[in-house]
Amino acid sequence: MFLVRAAGLAGAAATATLLPAAGRATPAMMQEAIRRIVGEAALQRGRVTLDVPALVENGNTVPVTVSVDSAMTGNDRVVALHIVNEKNPQPQVISARLGPRIGRARLSTRIKLADSQQIVAIAEMQDGSFWSESADVVVTLAACVEDLVR
Amino acid sequence: MTARTLISVPAGAKRGEVVEIKTLISHPMETGFRVGTNGTPIPRDIITRFTCRFNGEEVFSAELSPAIAANPFISFFVTASESGTFGFEWTGDNGFSVSETAAITVE
Amino acid sequence: MTAAAALLARLAWFGLTLAPLAAAAADIPAGERRSGYDFMGRELRAMQDDDAANPGMLSVLDGEALWNRADGDAGKSCADCHGAAPSGMSGVAARYPAFDPASGRPVDLEQRINLCRSQHQGAAPFAFESRELLALTAYVAHQSKGRPIAVGDDPRTEPFIAAGRAVFERRQGQLNLSCAQCHDDNWGRQLAGATIPQAHPTGYPLYRLEWQGLGSLRRRLRNCLVGMRAEPYPDVAPEIVELELYLAWRARGLPVETPAVRP
Repeated sequence: MFLVRAAGLAGAAATATLLPAAGRATPAMMQEAIRRIVGEAALQRGRVTLDVPALVENGNTVPVTVSVDSAMTGNDRVVALHIVNEKNPQPQVISARLGPRIGRARLSTRIKLADSQQIVAIAEMQDGSFWSESADVVVTLAACVEDLVR
Repeated sequence: MTARTLISVPAGAKRGEVVEIKTLISHPMETGFRVGTNGTPIPRDIITRFTCRFNGEEVFSAELSPAIAANPFISFFVTASESGTFGFEWTGDNGFSVSETAAITVE
Repeated sequence: MTAAAALLARLAWFGLTLAPLAAAAADIPAGERRSGYDFMGRELRAMQDDDAANPGMLSVLDGEALWNRADGDAGKSCADCHGAAPSGMSGVAARYPAFDPASGRPVDLEQRINLCRSQHQGAAPFAFESRELLALTAYVAHQSKGRPIAVGDDPRTEPFIAAGRAVFERRQGQLNLSCAQCHDDNWGRQLAGATIPQAHPTGYPLYRLEWQGLGSLRRRLRNCLVGMRAEPYPDVAPEIVELELYLAWRARGLPVETPAVRP
């Protein structure tokens, strides 16, 4: 996946439509959210695949799939999946608990991204270890804006 | 009108087969960060929790934030072990509460 | 490209072409007609293709319930006259907008549904863009999914198609832009980060990510006009249906995709 950091017009315009005067998250807030998930354990890279479009056609609805290389048997189980972001107003996106009947560690959903930014997916394993993957996403906007009145 | 749901569970599966469950529910997922035309903030109105149970036992649950897109779609994979009924529950702001069920036959 | 050809290309972009407006020269050739679907990324195409994941299907399900619900003074449902929609409505949406002999004008599917409600069910018409009208229109149009758009065979629609073409090719608004300048002359190129589609209404009502919900072609056209800094037509203006009719004629042969997903 070719990762692009976007700046300038697309990013600024995205902010104007989705975010008013309210504050927004910072990369530091995302790190804090990760720390609250992981606690004292080390966050290792790997085993997690974060499937998200590198170039998003509309930040309102971004399809995301998180999957983990895990047999999901015995002690090799994923017990939770988390997604966090760095530039929405809040760092949390979704936290999911996977019960014993989950046969494959793979979650798909659709998320909102207010700006081009990095998102991080974290897998919490039965044995207490944490694995992660990150992705940089460029968010573009529709060219013609509609009245808010509708 | 109550919220419309669209749940996809295979009608039948073999014992041990891993099946995908897809769920869709209509909901605006208003973030609470948007501002209306006259400058008044639009209040937050989101689904905060989704739970799936099988024969009463929790299989999957998720805490949703305002960052989940409108009309939330969630899919996950379950190992079919016996016939029974899946229960799905969505709860959220303003007393939002929707429950649905889907049966599966496992041989 | 020669210097003269380059200059002409420049002038054409600024709309100063000397070619007569009525010429078919600017029309996209049949072989090059592409739905907006083709301009989307893999993930959005997958979202549209999976009926279990397409958020527009939530409205289609609502429409199914409305189809079977008795309404109005006559106490009839759509099903009471038309039967089951998958058979009764198959191919219908592919022929809309269609000529309405009673009014002597074309009507679109939303107007046809409202005409049925008032004339045959004794029910009040649904407001444009209401949840009910969107759901019923989506349900009916979904029964034509995969069928090629077949508008323009009826000779009575000819003058209205021509009127719609005139709207499409007319410069409007503060930017003095016509629809044709983007969607005939510059489709496939980028405008502020978005790819300009050919503007074929193959999947309406569709789920637009920008709206976070289902919306009609009428709404999308209003959106375009506001975006162009032009005065949008009132919902009941004849120009709207004429433009919808021209767009459907221009898209003839492309399959119906309702409910489509678009950014």
